[in-house]
Amino acid sequence: MLRVSLRTARWAHAKVTDADIAAFKEILGEKNVLTEDLDKYSKDWLGKYEGECPAVVKPEDAEMTSKIMKYCNEKNIAVVPQAGNTGLVGGSVPTGGEIVLSVEKMNTITSIDGISRVVESGAGVVLQSLEDALLPHNLTVPLDLAAKGSCCIGGNVATNAGGIRFLRYGSLHQSVLGLRVVTATGDILDLRNKLPKDNTGYDLKQLFIGSEGTLGIITDVVLQVPSEMKSSNVALLGCETFDGVLRTMQHARSELGEIISALEFADARSVEMSLSHTGNDHPFADGERPKYYLLIETLGSNEDHDMEKLGNFLDDVLSKDVVTGTIAQDGTQTKNLWAVRENITVSFKDFGKHNLKYDVSLPTSDFYKCVEDTQARLDQEVGKGECDVVGFGHIGDGNLHLNVISNNPNVSPSMEPWLYEWLTERGGSVSAEHGIGLMKREALKYSKPQNAIDYMKQLKKVFDPNNILNPFKVI
Amino acid sequence: MLRRTLPSSMRAVVGVKHAVDYTIKVQVKGGQVVKDVRHSMNPFDEIAMEAAVQLKEKGIVSEVVAVTIGNAKAVECVRVAMSLGADRSVHVVGDQTAIDNLETLQVAKIFAKLHEELQGDIYLMGKQAIDDDQCHTPQMLAGLLNIPQGTFAAGLTVADDKSSVTVQREVDDGHQTVNVSLPAVVSCDLRLNTPRFPNIRNIMKAKKMPVNTMKIEDLGIDLTPRTATLEISAPEARKGGGKVADVDELINKLKNEAKAI
Repeated sequence: MLRVSLRTARWAHAKVTDADIAAFKEILGEKNVLTEDLDKYSKDWLGKYEGECPAVVKPEDAEMTSKIMKYCNEKNIAVVPQAGNTGLVGGSVPTGGEIVLSVEKMNTITSIDGISRVVESGAGVVLQSLEDALLPHNLTVPLDLAAKGSCCIGGNVATNAGGIRFLRYGSLHQSVLGLRVVTATGDILDLRNKLPKDNTGYDLKQLFIGSEGTLGIITDVVLQVPSEMKSSNVALLGCETFDGVLRTMQHARSELGEIISALEFADARSVEMSLSHTGNDHPFADGERPKYYLLIETLGSNEDHDMEKLGNFLDDVLSKDVVTGTIAQDGTQTKNLWAVRENITVSFKDFGKHNLKYDVSLPTSDFYKCVEDTQARLDQEVGKGECDVVGFGHIGDGNLHLNVISNNPNVSPSMEPWLYEWLTERGGSVSAEHGIGLMKREALKYSKPQNAIDYMKQLKKVFDPNNILNPFKVI
Repeated sequence: MLRRTLPSSMRAVVGVKHAVDYTIKVQVKGGQVVKDVRHSMNPFDEIAMEAAVQLKEKGIVSEVVAVTIGNAKAVECVRVAMSLGADRSVHVVGDQTAIDNLETLQVAKIFAKLHEELQGDIYLMGKQAIDDDQCHTPQMLAGLLNIPQGTFAAGLTVADDKSSVTVQREVDDGHQTVNVSLPAVVSCDLRLNTPRFPNIRNIMKAKKMPVNTMKIEDLGIDLTPRTATLEISAPEARKGGGKVADVDELINKLKNEAKAI
């Protein structure tokens, strides 16, 4: 647990006083202001970041949010916007002294239009709840991630969350039709458009999507949502070579075409760790333990058509690069196959005290080379056998989750900036989907040119002239 | 019921039902259950299949026959059974109305009729189907065939001479072990085994294997329902909980709102 307290000389914000707390209570009502038992808000999900937090405020709508921000802007009080607090880069907890503005009370689903397939909801609606509410309309959410049961749609939008269905439904930049945002000065920017086509001026909402709470606080989200597909299939395939994985993926894309919804990769060690952690049986009952795994999911409207496509695809690849595999036969097996992929991350602590996580984007052909080169480097720099380097991730999006597991606490200097330079050389990104937050501020310059970062700073000044919104994060 | 002399090779007949998938959130619309949802092999029947395949792997059973009774789509159920290791399969097919009206006694009668041909030494089925939760068919089948039953099996051992099977049954207050002579009906419970994933090559092979399809109306069984469904409704939606400030408030709520005390 790294307790980060940045209340150094450069802390330019006001200290929160009792008078401020009283003012918050006046604006929001007593029950919406907390000053005790704030662990849930001041500690991040990873258990890596924690900051001193004088108060947590919970506005119930955009108007209350605006009043709070007006007050804080006037008094120079720093504010950390927070949704589900499931972020992985320390972007949603205080660094020391900021208040937390939680959107959890803004948890109503305002409207669902089954015909235009548009849903408007408060930022604090938990993603799983949104999915449940859409189901009776035969609709579903355009993203799916492990934190589904705790993350909120507002946070998803603020971080431009990716997830396992990115391949099928694209980015939130595409699915978000409108937003209502409160800027740092308390200005309510109502961009709640419900139409798929609206080319009227600069598309301001795009700035807030992925801004990680540094440009404004999202209070309401309008989403275009896809139809719920009845027919779904999940197959787990094993290959002995990474080139085989790539070829299998090519076949999947061309033969499964429009029904493909997820393409996930894991190496043998990741799968081993995941199964060891859950205690579940290996899905390959024939005893085969291939070096690389590919999980393929299809979602379509017609079971027979999908099965035919899947059958043709498998006939093809079974005679080529796939050495073994299985297809889930029911909902439980589907969950169990996904569980192999989903439990990789949580299993790492069973195998080492220290875990360095890198969520990177890189050309697909270099995907596994990143893991191999990292292992080679650490074997040399730290010592052979000291570190376990594994790779898994959204291979269909070129997004690798590179992880280093070790009992040695001094591995980062051998990784950074070496890994960032390795990625930059290949045109990769230092943060594919997790964002910058607090953790990756130093890495930003490896993936964006300086003038781009300068423009970002100028935009920050436009929406947050006094730098009170999530200071020290992102830029 | 004439019993063959001790068979040197046993045949296991596994009943597999194409039921609403376990993970589906069942909805009721217009007084009817929404059935146009994902279906898959009844989880308890998967356990029965696994038990049969394990017996075959041990060399105790030499042939596994999977049987399903359902609509046209139910053939997938026996294809899955074949990808898991069933040697052959029977699909008794009926139109949706016939299948909707099918009652457990008739299902048992169909199996009894099939027994004339199949001559199973052991009938393995899930203890109940998860869509109707009736838990009748295995017991009734045993009654119709006048053979013993070992139900809610959490453990299953065939005697070396294959004349009987010892079934460890899960009962309300623990376990009961019974030894029944074969042929017998065994219904399988949750803790009997963990069903395996089928191998992809076997899945592909099973697609091409023949299935013995029979029309339900050709079996000479009276399918007239003996019960009528009066009403179908969804359970009341769960209301959120609430916090109480102290014991007095708790007692007040229990007494005056929940009327529990």
